[in-house]
Amino acid sequence: MSPHLRRLATKELTINMGPQHPATHGVLRLVLDLDGEKVIKCTPYVGYLHRGTEKLGENRTYPMVLPLTDRLDYVSSMANNIGYCVAVERLLGVSVPERAKFIRTIMAELTRIANHIVWLATHALDIGAMTVFLYSMREREKILELYEMACGARLTVTYPRIGGVRCDINQEFIDACTAFINEFPSHVEEYERLIDQNRIWLVRTKGIGVISAEEAINWGLTGPTLRGSGVPYDVRKCAPYDAYDQIDFDIPLGTNCDVYDRYRCRMEEFRQSVRIIRQCLEKLPGGLVLNPDAPGYDMAAGPRKKPAPPAPPPAAGAAPSEAPAAPAGPQFEDLYVATEVPKGELGFYFVSDGTGKPYRMHVRAPSFVHASVLPRLCEGGLVADVIANIGTIDIVLGECDR
Amino acid sequence: MNPSPYNFTWPFSPPDNIVLVIAIILGKILVMVAAAMLHVAYCTWFERKIIGHMQVRIGPNRVGPFGLLQPIADGIKLFFKEDVIPRPGVGSTKFRIVFKVAPLLVLFATLSSLAVVPVFEAFYIANINIGLLYILALSAVSTYGIIMAGWASDSKYAFLGSLRSSAQLISYEVAMGLSLVGVMMLAGSLNFIDIVKAQQTSWHGMYLIPQFLGYFVFMVSALAETNRAPFDLPEAESELVAGYFVEYSGMRFALFFLGEYIAMIVMSCVAVLCFWGGWGLPPVLYKVVPALNDLPQSVKTFIEAVVFLCKVYSHLFLYYWIRATLPRYRYDQLMRIGWTVLIPLALVNIVITALVKYFF
Repeated sequence: MSPHLRRLATKELTINMGPQHPATHGVLRLVLDLDGEKVIKCTPYVGYLHRGTEKLGENRTYPMVLPLTDRLDYVSSMANNIGYCVAVERLLGVSVPERAKFIRTIMAELTRIANHIVWLATHALDIGAMTVFLYSMREREKILELYEMACGARLTVTYPRIGGVRCDINQEFIDACTAFINEFPSHVEEYERLIDQNRIWLVRTKGIGVISAEEAINWGLTGPTLRGSGVPYDVRKCAPYDAYDQIDFDIPLGTNCDVYDRYRCRMEEFRQSVRIIRQCLEKLPGGLVLNPDAPGYDMAAGPRKKPAPPAPPPAAGAAPSEAPAAPAGPQFEDLYVATEVPKGELGFYFVSDGTGKPYRMHVRAPSFVHASVLPRLCEGGLVADVIANIGTIDIVLGECDR
Repeated sequence: MNPSPYNFTWPFSPPDNIVLVIAIILGKILVMVAAAMLHVAYCTWFERKIIGHMQVRIGPNRVGPFGLLQPIADGIKLFFKEDVIPRPGVGSTKFRIVFKVAPLLVLFATLSSLAVVPVFEAFYIANINIGLLYILALSAVSTYGIIMAGWASDSKYAFLGSLRSSAQLISYEVAMGLSLVGVMMLAGSLNFIDIVKAQQTSWHGMYLIPQFLGYFVFMVSALAETNRAPFDLPEAESELVAGYFVEYSGMRFALFFLGEYIAMIVMSCVAVLCFWGGWGLPPVLYKVVPALNDLPQSVKTFIEAVVFLCKVYSHLFLYYWIRATLPRYRYDQLMRIGWTVLIPLALVNIVITALVKYFF
């Protein structure tokens, strides 16, 4: 090639999308190599919201870590709290009263609705449907009011506790919650009327970001992002926690593995969540909401409180071996417990040395795993599809960067 | 008669009181520009209120009663903002002057197209016989402003936005020009006053009915031409942040903004003049209510102006309504619609109009 021709040759345009960009859902940064409008290469960079949650956890007792988990996925803080509590209860062998289990399930499902509302709002806004954003935020407000009624906080709630929940719910909450779940399905229909049959919405979402079931599993996708590809994996069904084993519900699945099917999955989850809450409210038992033997803040650096007789919990991958007499030196044991948060499988992995603080805490954040699949989804598509793909994997960078 | 090159006669004779004529024209221009600016200011208020109510919120309501002073507050704010001009990178050949001129060019092109818009039969700045062509030509000129802005900003986002915009404007201009051919054929003129008068010959007084296909193509291309939803790709907030004017701030940004809204108003005026019967009421109304014929001329003119403004604002309402309802197309889908749907439709419309005009 002559030097003149070489000067005329085209080259890719590298643009930096984020960390300050209106559509990257926080501080995600993507470096895109573009050939015109086509994405040749997409590289996600994370870490702009890193706060060292895992390391901070090592210096706090188990109950003191709880408020940190609110700040992981701040859109669905209640679900993180519950995930953490379930994990620590398995580790410490703390039992949960039945009433608390049902309250937590109600709260988890309300959070799922609130989270999917934010997802729908931002996803639609990114694709240009501005009105859906404001319509759905109206319903999220009602859920936040329910939180406020139950515990006084709206966003970072810290309502569940290790061994139950902080305070009981009253009749006023139950009435308000019933009223909400009675009217909410009609609002879901309203959102669907706006975009479900909209030609522009269909051409923007159908056949975009296709990922087969096998690939989705290999990439470690979970939650509705995985179920959109037709894989019936849901921690609530596979390893039930709280009251999910006493509740009847379905897992919506997609067939075409694209952005539209993941959208449909989440829209169906709205209805399933309403169904779960309704059953929980009907079956809500009486009794305590917090195990009186649950550990307090003062568990400090001393030996971890352990109930004397009960058998080790069943779901633990490596069950703690109960040595009759504690030998000298730290006793290490580890445990991974996963829960189904709205974004996918949120796992807490603990290494315990027998004291009241975790020796090592790791958070398996669905947003982090999902962010890694972006290059697979975006490469070969157009710039506008990048936006649709960021929306469809439903990431929150607070959780991704931890 | 044997015309000789040395015996040239002016095609028109200059009037005796030329100073007065120029003064009147300048006065009209001043009135038109001032009115247009005021309308733009209140179009933004109108848009924010309407979309606000469509989206279960209130819209501006803090500055003045019903937020009526909001546009003025916005104008003052933009006027006092710092005017940031990016310094071209090392080795860059880009000129700052291009950056500065680009918004002026956009505003100039859109404002000048107002010159041929008759508000009622007796009020126009220039009654030229190619009015329609003039507007189409000037809307093409504003593309240059956009390209210049994207190029001189020295920013990749602005560059991508201006590329999208120029491609979009060029392809939709074809569809828009073709969609108006039907109107030209029916009216037999490119002059807006003739077009409006020609529409008065039917009982409904609108070309919307015989030219519904042409109107549809025109409406869609007008949305694309003015970069409005669902074709607002050049400034797609979620993709390109703000598109070609991402680097602009203060008054220069406001000039782009003014240009966009004046372009919307001009497009609405063209739609009203060519398809909605301009300032005229449907002639059937005069038959049903004969008293309308007996009104004094001044009242009639007033009614005409009000009718025209109402029609223009109803058309603007369509813009806002669409913006509140529809998501955004993708770039390739937008181009495909332009070339494979709108242009063939416009051609079909031309053929049908020609056949109907020839045989009936």
